[in-house]
Amino acid sequence: MAAPAASPVDTQSASTQTMTIGKALNNGLRASMEADPKVLVMGEDVGKLGGVFRVTDGLQKDFGEHRVLDTPLAESGIVGTAIGLAVRGFRPVCEIQFEGFIFPAFDQISSQLAKLHYRTQGKLKAPVVIRVPFGGGIGAVEHHSESPESLFSHIPGLKVVSCANPVDAYWMMQQAISSDDPVMLFEPKKLYHSSALKAPVDTSATPDALHSSRVVRHGDTATIAAYGPSLPVALDAATAAQEEGRSLEVIDLRTLSPLDLGPVFESVRRTGRLVVVSEASSEVSLTSEVAARVQQECFYSLEAPVQRATGFDTPYPPAKLEEHFLPDLDRVLYAVDRALEW
Amino acid sequence: MPSPEQWTRPDPGAGPAATAAQPSPEQVIAGLRATTEGGAELTQLLTPEGERLADSRFDPYIADIDTEALRDLYRDMVLVRRADRESNAMQRQGQLGIWVPLLGQEAAQVGSGRALRPSDMAFPSYREHGVAYTRGIDFRELLGIFRCTDQSGWDPAKYGFHPYTIVIGNQVINAAGYAMGQKFDGKVGNADDADNEATIVYFGDGATSQGDVHEGFVWGAVYDAPVVFFCQNNQWAISEPTERQSRLPLYQRARGYGFPGIRVDGNDVLACMAVTRWALDECRHGNGPVLIEAFTYRMDAHTTTDDPTRYRLSDELEAWKLKDPVERVRAHLARAGGAEQDFFDGVDAEADEFAAQLRDHCFNMPDPPPERIFSEVYADTPATLDTQREEYLSYLAGFAGGEH
Repeated sequence: MAAPAASPVDTQSASTQTMTIGKALNNGLRASMEADPKVLVMGEDVGKLGGVFRVTDGLQKDFGEHRVLDTPLAESGIVGTAIGLAVRGFRPVCEIQFEGFIFPAFDQISSQLAKLHYRTQGKLKAPVVIRVPFGGGIGAVEHHSESPESLFSHIPGLKVVSCANPVDAYWMMQQAISSDDPVMLFEPKKLYHSSALKAPVDTSATPDALHSSRVVRHGDTATIAAYGPSLPVALDAATAAQEEGRSLEVIDLRTLSPLDLGPVFESVRRTGRLVVVSEASSEVSLTSEVAARVQQECFYSLEAPVQRATGFDTPYPPAKLEEHFLPDLDRVLYAVDRALEW
Repeated sequence: MPSPEQWTRPDPGAGPAATAAQPSPEQVIAGLRATTEGGAELTQLLTPEGERLADSRFDPYIADIDTEALRDLYRDMVLVRRADRESNAMQRQGQLGIWVPLLGQEAAQVGSGRALRPSDMAFPSYREHGVAYTRGIDFRELLGIFRCTDQSGWDPAKYGFHPYTIVIGNQVINAAGYAMGQKFDGKVGNADDADNEATIVYFGDGATSQGDVHEGFVWGAVYDAPVVFFCQNNQWAISEPTERQSRLPLYQRARGYGFPGIRVDGNDVLACMAVTRWALDECRHGNGPVLIEAFTYRMDAHTTTDDPTRYRLSDELEAWKLKDPVERVRAHLARAGGAEQDFFDGVDAEADEFAAQLRDHCFNMPDPPPERIFSEVYADTPATLDTQREEYLSYLAGFAGGEH
């Protein structure tokens, strides 16, 4: 094995910056745009304004109006034209302003984007990225706090991922853009500007594969699987449980379609107990799918039925009630208790 | 008062405005019928009787169409019609799951298709077999979709012909996006016209009610995209006449989006070619988009599953037969001495041979193997899908050797 080249300390620090998830997404976009002139950013208010969450801040100024497009207010049009641009050879990154506004584009996503590769047996590729700020807890009016990721994860031909920390935000953005398959990136909007989640991002590091889940905290009492905005909740729950002498393993699912459940199976075989956490309603959802596959693969290892801590099977409530709706630390621990008391 | 526009805004003295709740019997009948009248603004270069009309605006766009070229267009239309009829018959014989006839729309499709250059891009709906033919796609390659052995056979980049799109109107936005890409690639407004490109997208009168068509118009307009919106108004969206889609003649909608709209006789191959060439020129020079309404008629059913006798009167079909797109070119060629009987007989024989090859091909098309279900869902296939495929193939293999 060759000895690694000497790496001066200042080179290391030059490639590492501490940033929020929002800034990491912005930097990831910027890196992709610099690397590939075919990468376009398009959406409502993504140009001069920099997006309502400022994730595209400064990109139009630096890359021009032909690379960062302030589009008409029409979500079907955003995705539909992105498909045409992708067929032409571009790599469009679409921003849907809030997840609740994505449904005019559902037809283009499910009927065209997801099927183009299959229908043409690979003669056409649709390397479109759709960025979707999702999740609640921001005290907003209707259609600004939802979690529709299960709907899209159900569509064959699409890939769906979600980030929960700045390092993943930075790399997932670039990996999604370089994917030849269409990728939806669900971004936890509540965490965009969280200073508590600020973390150093080493832009010279080798990232984990896009479609892989990852153990983010080791433990052996029970396993918690979560993603996106629910991941910090799961980690906080594990910290709290530690004080009670319970050692919880936490897995960031990261990829929602395809799911990468190998690390979950491996963990459940050790702990025998699983709690799945999501802000989305539980019925016929990603959390259902995780539970079904775990019982299929880990039947003899399970000491208790898979528990879920999720949003209720209701529309998203008025935001004055959202703290009841969203699975918080106590509800996650309650689910852990149920698993352990079985 | 044939149009809903006139029902609700009648001329002075023509009586009270009708309402949707209380139409008169005449209005009900008018509403059930498509119209054969294209109106005063219809661009026509060849009358149904085969008479060539001079048109100072559009004649220059077909100055190169001499007798030989017109004979070629005639041949194109006869071949396409013959293949269409053969495919329709093969559906009746159980060889195709469904067929979508284009009968009556040959001029709109051949005229506009032959106006395209190889470097242009076309986005079809699902009835554009004639356009596919002009793009160089073997008619046999279309059959897989309707025999249900594939979902799109040809290479879209090679032929400049996107896959068929069955969801009504979806392709109009996709085409607007593709045209935006042509513009971003610097393929519009170049001094050397050979460097310029344009996109054409086909849709029907029914599709004009779709939000995606509206959005395509908006996007094409605000990005000055080189896209020709080619609406074949064949009067019927399955059982619904165009009056159910619009109060206004469709081409006039373009004004609201800020680009030109023009109505052309969709049964006149010369007019369709001239107007489409003009529109593509406009787009290539940066004056796009353009909306073309090709005023035509669906002479057969919507598809082989449809029964038009339930919703339209046979005298309407008879009236349109007098405007037949193929017959008027034949009449013109015969009258002008452009072709003798030998030529027409030769084209017919060629069409019969074309159809026979199509039939032979269709009857011998193999079913795809089961593993095709799992093929090319993704560019990068997830391991979970590989596992599912292997499990199913292994399950199937369990039946091998012994019929259960």
